[in-house]
Amino acid sequence: MSISQMRHAPRFASTLAKSHRMLACWLGRAYGWHMGTGQLRSVRSTAVRSSVMLHAAMAVTGLIMILFLLAHMYGNLKVFEGQQGFDGYAAYLREIGQPLLPHAGALWILRVILLASVLLHIFSAFVLWHRSRHATAGKGGWRYETTRNRRGVQRSYASFTMRWGGVVIGLFVIYHLLHLSVNAIAPGGASASPYQRMVNGFEIWWVVLSYVIALIALGFHLRHGIWSAFASLGANKSVAGRRFLNQLATIVALLILVGFLVPPLVIFAGWVS
Amino acid sequence: MNITVRIWRQHDRAAAGRMVSYGVDGISPDMSFLEMLDVLNDQLTAVGDDPVAFDHDCREGICGMCSLVINGIAHGPEALTTTCQLYMRHFNDGDTIDVEPWRSQAFPILRDLVVDRSAMDRIIQAGGYISAPTGSAPDAAATLVPKKDADRAFDAAVCIGCGACIAACPNGSGMLFTGAKANHLGVLPQGQTERHERALAMVNQHDAEGFGGCTQIGECTAVCPVGIPLDMISFLNADVLSALPRKQD
Repeated sequence: MSISQMRHAPRFASTLAKSHRMLACWLGRAYGWHMGTGQLRSVRSTAVRSSVMLHAAMAVTGLIMILFLLAHMYGNLKVFEGQQGFDGYAAYLREIGQPLLPHAGALWILRVILLASVLLHIFSAFVLWHRSRHATAGKGGWRYETTRNRRGVQRSYASFTMRWGGVVIGLFVIYHLLHLSVNAIAPGGASASPYQRMVNGFEIWWVVLSYVIALIALGFHLRHGIWSAFASLGANKSVAGRRFLNQLATIVALLILVGFLVPPLVIFAGWVS
Repeated sequence: MNITVRIWRQHDRAAAGRMVSYGVDGISPDMSFLEMLDVLNDQLTAVGDDPVAFDHDCREGICGMCSLVINGIAHGPEALTTTCQLYMRHFNDGDTIDVEPWRSQAFPILRDLVVDRSAMDRIIQAGGYISAPTGSAPDAAATLVPKKDADRAFDAAVCIGCGACIAACPNGSGMLFTGAKANHLGVLPQGQTERHERALAMVNQHDAEGFGGCTQIGECTAVCPVGIPLDMISFLNADVLSALPRKQD
């Protein structure tokens, strides 16, 4: 029996639950949904579908994306070398591995790895999201009648914005690819030069604002994500280890936040044009 | 002290429940939270109402029977404290205190504040044992245990199995409990034989009971009345990840 049967769930919760059941339906077909049928599966094939393994998958794919972000951030900072330096770097990225690889071959290998990581990350997130909603009758930390201490005893802002923060980042990535990679939307004017695209875009206040908001969401996501990735992979083995991993997460999250914020803000301020 | 308690009343598994307010007067600050509920139940019985059902046993913080989410916090506002060891002096005269049962899909409410926690027993049954020769007891010092491992096993073994970690977890995860129960055997020499199979079997049972996954938030360890450290989960994760590529032991 579910907790929602015992209590009067708010209407919005039941609507959410409905859309969740639909999602669970196709996820279930795709993933062998029903847990608790250990008789039919071996211990290992059940464990492959366990929450522990899904979190490990999220951790590994998340860390791959963080390595990409660090490289991407480094590339963005080339904007300070001027148009020649920035566009030259963009062209070089397409020449890596030539002549062994075709033009842009290395870039396409990276794109495939990244896309696979993103898809596995999102898939695992939705399965785990469903499981935690099921475990708490769809209410998570808000499943108690009392309105006191709903934010718990010590949990951080970063930890309880992981899921919706992830959705914000996902939508941003689509917008970002349309803007600067595919050049399908070109606020400030389209251009064949990546440098020119970047400068044209970030001279507009709402473009800068949208990037700042997305980067803050990313910063929070990384703050909890980096720590929990290592902990999920079994690296949190002592009090000192927990402290170190949390500090590492803060430092890397801040580095990525600041590193990505500098170019748009500098362009907006008119120091690069 | 005069206080008001708002308590979750539910007649049985199938019935709908609701919060009901009761005034409780003449409470001594030296009473425990459960003694305050005893006073309330005396009042209720005197006027012919049903007393509030709640779990309790040793009332000295070691058995793991008492539960209660008090003002939204499992075992109430004091750290490292079970509900039975929580005293009324931690509240103020005139306070309204909200009292609810543990809430988890895997813990059906039996009546009022009493939930069925057998899901945790089934996790222990799945792997919480070791293989040992029967017969006369072995010499106590026959198997040497490094101090570090003994300490870690003890850190895990102090788990009283109350379920506060699950009640507090925003994901409804039971990984702190499962981690403690797997590790207090898994780090000792006597527990090595089944170490990997134990980790897999207990995690599988945890998921089968309908508990959520762990996102390393740490609410569990913050409300744990015996202070089980969060790294229990990482140790269990490491055992599961290293067990998967192996053939069955």
